[in-house]
Amino acid sequence: MAEDAILGYLATHEEIPDSGQFASQHGLHHNDVVNVIKSLHGFRYIDAQDIKRESWVLTDEGKKYAAEGSPEVQLFLAIPSEGSIAKDELQKKLDPSLFKIGCSQAGKNKWVDMGKQVSRKVQHVEDKVKDLLIRIQDGQTLGKEDINSLRARKLIVAQTWKGYSVSKGPNYAPKRKKVATDLTRENLQRGDWKELEFKEYNFNAKGPPAEAGHLHPLLKVKQQLKNIFLQMGFEEMPTNNFVESSFWNFDALFQPQQHPARDSHDTFFLEAPSTTRELPEDYVQLVKRVHESGGYGSRGYMYDWKREEANKNLLRTHTTAVSTRMLYTLAKQPFAPKRYFSIDRVFRNESVDRTHLAEFHQIEGLVCDRGLTLGDLIGVLNDFFSRLGMSKLRFKPAYNPYTEPSMEIFSYHEGLKKWVEIGNSGMFRPEMLLPMGFPEDVRVIAWGLSLERPTMILYGIDNIRDLFGHKVDLSLIKRNPICRLGIN
Amino acid sequence: MPTVSVARDRLFAALGRSYTQEEFEELCFNFGIELDDVTTEKAIILKERHLEDDNSSLDDEVIYKIEVPANRYDLLCLEGLAQALCIFNGHEKIPRYTVANISKESMLKMQVKKETSLIRPFVVCAVLRGIAFDEARYNSFIDLQDKLHQNICRKRTLVAIGTHDLDTLQGPFTYEALPPPEINFVPLKQVKHFRADELMEFYKSDLKLKKFLHIIEKSKVFPVIYDRNRTVLSLPPIINGAHSAITLKTKNVFIECTATDLTKAKIVLNTMVTTFSAYCERKFEVEPVEVISFDGNSSVYPDLSEYNMEVPLSYITGSIGVPLEVDEVTSLLNRMQVHAEQAGLGGNNINVSVPPTRSDILHPCDVMEDVAIAYGYNNIPKRKLSSLKPLPLNQLSDLIRYEIAMNGFAEVLTWILCSKKENFEMLNRKDDKTTAVVIGNPRSSDFEIFEVGDVVLLDEKKDVGASNRRLLAALYCGANSGFELIHSLVDKIMEVMGTPFVPVGNSAGYYIELSDEPEFLSGRQAKIIYKGRRIGIFGIVHPEVLNNFDIPDPCTFLELDIENFL
Repeated sequence: MAEDAILGYLATHEEIPDSGQFASQHGLHHNDVVNVIKSLHGFRYIDAQDIKRESWVLTDEGKKYAAEGSPEVQLFLAIPSEGSIAKDELQKKLDPSLFKIGCSQAGKNKWVDMGKQVSRKVQHVEDKVKDLLIRIQDGQTLGKEDINSLRARKLIVAQTWKGYSVSKGPNYAPKRKKVATDLTRENLQRGDWKELEFKEYNFNAKGPPAEAGHLHPLLKVKQQLKNIFLQMGFEEMPTNNFVESSFWNFDALFQPQQHPARDSHDTFFLEAPSTTRELPEDYVQLVKRVHESGGYGSRGYMYDWKREEANKNLLRTHTTAVSTRMLYTLAKQPFAPKRYFSIDRVFRNESVDRTHLAEFHQIEGLVCDRGLTLGDLIGVLNDFFSRLGMSKLRFKPAYNPYTEPSMEIFSYHEGLKKWVEIGNSGMFRPEMLLPMGFPEDVRVIAWGLSLERPTMILYGIDNIRDLFGHKVDLSLIKRNPICRLGIN
Repeated sequence: MPTVSVARDRLFAALGRSYTQEEFEELCFNFGIELDDVTTEKAIILKERHLEDDNSSLDDEVIYKIEVPANRYDLLCLEGLAQALCIFNGHEKIPRYTVANISKESMLKMQVKKETSLIRPFVVCAVLRGIAFDEARYNSFIDLQDKLHQNICRKRTLVAIGTHDLDTLQGPFTYEALPPPEINFVPLKQVKHFRADELMEFYKSDLKLKKFLHIIEKSKVFPVIYDRNRTVLSLPPIINGAHSAITLKTKNVFIECTATDLTKAKIVLNTMVTTFSAYCERKFEVEPVEVISFDGNSSVYPDLSEYNMEVPLSYITGSIGVPLEVDEVTSLLNRMQVHAEQAGLGGNNINVSVPPTRSDILHPCDVMEDVAIAYGYNNIPKRKLSSLKPLPLNQLSDLIRYEIAMNGFAEVLTWILCSKKENFEMLNRKDDKTTAVVIGNPRSSDFEIFEVGDVVLLDEKKDVGASNRRLLAALYCGANSGFELIHSLVDKIMEVMGTPFVPVGNSAGYYIELSDEPEFLSGRQAKIIYKGRRIGIFGIVHPEVLNNFDIPDPCTFLELDIENFL
């Protein structure tokens, strides 16, 4: 009703100068008018300017007197027009506080004689206070003196009156369109979409969080690495065997039995099943001999090789154990070159800290072919790592029991402004390959690195436990970007 | 990898020049060792004692901690490191180590008793005559034993070294194994006699020694070495006797290595004597000791003979991938402390003699590696194996497709071909030479679909005047518009592209701004600004457009150019 009145009025008038007056002219409550003004203003149908006015309103006491008369008049009327009334008697007729105020005011006005007996001094009085209060109630203005006297008696208080002056806004229409939060099927069916009005959308805030599934960042990186290997012509090795014998994990790789890595401080040995059930016996004899006394041009390690050591089961410490089995199988067939890769878990008996876990993922690649050189190894490493965004490499001589030459791979880190070790590589030793039965000119070049380290660098994570394991914050998994390794 | 601490200034003095840290790191890198840490004696001691710097008079000489390969026992002390680097730099020649030419009769003898085979069967010995110790050399001598014990000796289980002032002893010596109560002597750093069984008890509270007790503890007999006067030299592998302790003044050193592994005992003995024979009166000469087994077999130690092999040049060059001449290879090998010369005049084989310091060389492949190191790994030309590269645009498209599918959208595959009318009029558009992928008109209930595909645009820069553009389109259709759902998808796509949400006008990420396109409902559409460029738009499809395609349900549509992410 108020909305129609306002929009209708503005259709023919420039403005509504005072919402208070507008309300009383149209017989509306000012509060209703104000609410409509606020709403129309929100949708910019109208512009509104604040108006403020000081006015007086009755206190509760003032309201009471306006209705019942002032205390002094009430007291006066309680006194008989003839004779007098005992003060005690008079007091009983009136409310105590009213009596008190009445006495004081009627005395001040010289209307009554106050003693033990009370009597009228004049025969007729006018209730001016009541009249003034009623006039204020009606919104009339009073003289300063009257205001002051009423205010002194706390019968009125000042109040700020708020209203508006209103004019047409940019979206003005004589009738408001329907406000909608969304376009619905019903709107289309009814065809009322033309009248729909939408509240402005806040594009400074993100949309509500999406309901979606998320993949683990480490495995996203793994997937990309897999793609890279496939593009480089590498075949994936079956690495779904965590339990390995010491023979395939160490001995077959020409890693001597006293090597520190074979200590229980470094390797998890198994209690059950504690030993392997079988090994290829002919091959075991060749491996034993190359350890003990060499052959194939080697001096060997010259110690007593023990079968019991080789039989011990363990959690594989590197996926190279799988590579060894693959190469052993390969050597049994007529020679054909191969490229193999794997990315899977390995286990080390290490104390867990910010950069170490007792299990992690090893990435491994190897190429088996005739006449391979260190130049090929450097070439394949450059190809592989440049796909990971590491194109500035250099190589440091290193030691590894089953590769010779061995090269540590360093990459220049633009952020850290230094060379960072990123992996290991080398050529498998003849003492490892020749007992398998490979022809002498077949060489195997290989490299390995952890999956975690490049991922941590990629995602800026400095604690490995924030990336891998049960203490990972799920929000990391929900918020990590696409892995773009290999896309450049 | 073992780490060796050496005084920097002493090392540089031995190398004949000083280096900046970067220069030294470079030298290490090329040789295959690593400068792990730079510290001072003072810092080490303060750290050990958990003290703050108190300006005390502690030594603040700079210490280099250098990591060396685990099979290079010859590099476990300053002397060995300095010698290897000097030769690598071409400043020194490889020493020839010799065993003093003395008759068997005048040789010191070590008699081995049968019982030792029950616990620790091997012993090898040698004598360093006329050695000149000073404090630094003496400390290095002690440290090297320590490093060997930690590494090749596997914490003394395989080999234990005892060094003695020979002038306090009288040969011949005996290596015996006796019941512990029968062994009684004053051990090193003690003043009173201990019975061996009591001593074991005593050392249980010794932080350094208690970890070695297990090696013999359970045995009925303990290994022990006596001189002719029954003076105890040592109770291996636990402790030496106090009597024969070496000092700075010691001139003649008797070295015995007891072992469970003879090969390693020989390597350890050779490492000790080759390294410190440099300080002997007769440089690089070592006096031999005859070890006589209980069965009468006799061996003379140390065995400083060189190990010879003939390596074909083609094996070396063919493995490294660099064409080198014989003389180039031999001089590279000489820098790695390996003697090498052409085998026969004009031959293509190389005679290699491996000195006793290089026990790590087992096979010609080790020789080949040394050639590669001396040549410089980083000088070897690379050879690229065949490999393929995928198209980045398609790889990225696929990754985005998976992400959107994981957001619950079903992928559709629509026709590239669509009519001009569909493309413009029906989309409330005028033909202004732009184009957009169009989603078809399915009619089921609520659905969320997407497609990543190409559209063709006019392109002046292409020979044919047109080029493809890879766009992502996603659409929600249902009882209501799904505007917020598509908005969420936009946020998700930008998140998986690693792009932050930024305030309007910022070009470091993406933001969203009201747009005004005819195919969308006014006020219910927004453009996506990424790095300052408009890369996409989403909004409620205009009901007139819906009507043009006979779509009865409200839809919100997203279109995004993903080539911007490449």
